[in-house]
Amino acid sequence: MSTGTAPGSAAAGEAVEVPQPRMDVLRRFLSGDLGELRVLIAIALIWAIFQAQESRFLTAGNLTNLVLQITAVGLISVGVVLVLLLGEIDLSVGAVSGLCAAVMAVLNVKHGWSPYLAIAAAVVVGVGIGFFQGFVFNLFGIPSFVVTLAGLLAWNGFLLRVLGETGTVNITDSKITGLTSTFYSDAVGWLIAIVAIAAYAGVTLLGRQRRLRSDLPAPPLPSLVIRIALVAAAVIATVAVLNSDRGVPLAGLILVGFVLVFQYITTRTRFGRHIYAVGGNTEAARRAGISIARVRVIVFVLCSSMAAIGGIMAASRLLAVNQTSGGSDLLLLAIAGPVIAGTSLFGGRGSVWSALLGAIVIGSISNGMDLLGLESSTKFIVTGGVLLAAVIVDAIARKQRAATGRV
Amino acid sequence: MNSDGAVLALEGVSKSFGPVQALEGVDLQVRPGEVVALVGDNGAGKSTLVKVIAGIHAADSGKIFFDGQPVNISSPTDAVELGIATVYQDLALCDNLDVVENLFLGQEEIASGPTGALRSLDEVDMEHRSHELLGNLAVTITDVRAEVGTMSGGQRQQVAIARSLLGDPKVVVLDEPTAALGVRQTAQVLELIKQLREQGHGVLVISHNLVDVFAVADRVFVLRLGKKAGDYAVGETSQEKVVAAITGAEFGRAGGNGGGGEQ
Repeated sequence: MSTGTAPGSAAAGEAVEVPQPRMDVLRRFLSGDLGELRVLIAIALIWAIFQAQESRFLTAGNLTNLVLQITAVGLISVGVVLVLLLGEIDLSVGAVSGLCAAVMAVLNVKHGWSPYLAIAAAVVVGVGIGFFQGFVFNLFGIPSFVVTLAGLLAWNGFLLRVLGETGTVNITDSKITGLTSTFYSDAVGWLIAIVAIAAYAGVTLLGRQRRLRSDLPAPPLPSLVIRIALVAAAVIATVAVLNSDRGVPLAGLILVGFVLVFQYITTRTRFGRHIYAVGGNTEAARRAGISIARVRVIVFVLCSSMAAIGGIMAASRLLAVNQTSGGSDLLLLAIAGPVIAGTSLFGGRGSVWSALLGAIVIGSISNGMDLLGLESSTKFIVTGGVLLAAVIVDAIARKQRAATGRV
Repeated sequence: MNSDGAVLALEGVSKSFGPVQALEGVDLQVRPGEVVALVGDNGAGKSTLVKVIAGIHAADSGKIFFDGQPVNISSPTDAVELGIATVYQDLALCDNLDVVENLFLGQEEIASGPTGALRSLDEVDMEHRSHELLGNLAVTITDVRAEVGTMSGGQRQQVAIARSLLGDPKVVVLDEPTAALGVRQTAQVLELIKQLREQGHGVLVISHNLVDVFAVADRVFVLRLGKKAGDYAVGETSQEKVVAAITGAEFGRAGGNGGGGEQ
């Protein structure tokens, strides 16, 4: 057993712990293991380009707007990531987000339901749609592509029917509009920052302690301290920027909160492990006693539910639901985001973080082009180009992995 | 003839698929600490026999005894619960998961303590147990957090075999464990099989490769056209005799209705 001799003293034994030579980091970066770092570099590049063209881009006000702009698509992408991890796809998320938002708006505005009940009803509709699509996909073994394509059309029809003859429902309820127009005071913002940093540092250091206590190799303390410092710097910078404008927006917290919850579910729970297993090798998962049908149905339910939540946030920001809600490019951007940020279309590889990072990439491009006064034609072409570039980089990384004997 | 001492005994097991008689009255015993090689030509019924033992196919007739008790194996779960672990030729590993994740797939451990309330996986304990499990075996895996997709065929076979040992089975069935492996990797896997025997497992190995069979097995059980065509102690037979039994050739005297130097 090669690792039986873990260092007795944590402070003194750094040298014998897992070595991480610099060349190794470079190699891993090129072969796509550090995909998230690649995306961060891409974001920095995009921001630098726009800032050079338009000095308003990196102002606190505009960055706060960016947060509000990416909330809806980011939330939908969280669900899309889960489906992509299974190696499936859900083309109905845009239509589902529109339909669920319409359900909420109509119940609240036309039927006088309380905002909480109306929001809950919208999410329940999302759950039901996800269950139906997952069930049909499983039962008949029809490709998810087709099932959700049918869903895209049908739910769009339901959207028009729910909206009725007026075609537009304006939302005035302050609880619903508050979802995207609430900003917290500086003090609350800093409190959130402190809690977040303390939690991250605690989890990281405790995890290292546990590994050392069990005689397992653990990352050296200095590298962990650097990681914690980087995260702390990022959190502090974000809160400082947001505070210098309107404050930390509730919408941003909702987005980050869902990302963290699903990151936990996918990486730290049995169910999450099974998602990766089914996406990696369905037959192996089946033989390991995992219920493939159960995993699939739950994932489709989660995906449609997240689409509903994204739709609610979009409606809150737009102050209305209309016939084009959840239409146009929303679906494509919600799928393109995670793919740009490194989640594989073939299943088993990727992370929930890619939903957030992808939304930032796409949102930044869109926001920057708007500031520059470019037409939407340019916006679409550039976004398409970035998506293509991202998948090409991913394909090269995959070849690199294959060349070093990896799949 | 429920032979004494056998951990797994099949008696008169038959199985047909429509008009095709895949197995016909097969008797087979595996004792603890014994490696039995199951050989035969393509279509001789080896895979069907394994699938009957593993609970994928139910036998049409015949009895199965486990630890001397008559048992009914009607599903893969039944077989696993009895203590029969099967490693299939395609290994069924997830390339995108690491060694620990593959070893514990489907039987992950949930942490005790505060994080257990959040259904958190006990990665530390699983990794620790992986080291223990692999440490007891002749394996060439150094990093249990490396993705299985990065590993050689021999290492993947080692992971698959180690995985089958997690429930501490009494019988391990290996389907073509050395097919598609290089010379050195084959030697590693054969070494692993010998260790299983030393640890007291009953091992049933399906193989096409008679060199491997003679290197590792205690007994050779030959199937031909769904029937037993021979059951030899390795020390008392030769590759020529076994080949003759497999092909049913008339030049050896061991062809046809089997039963060479049993015991």
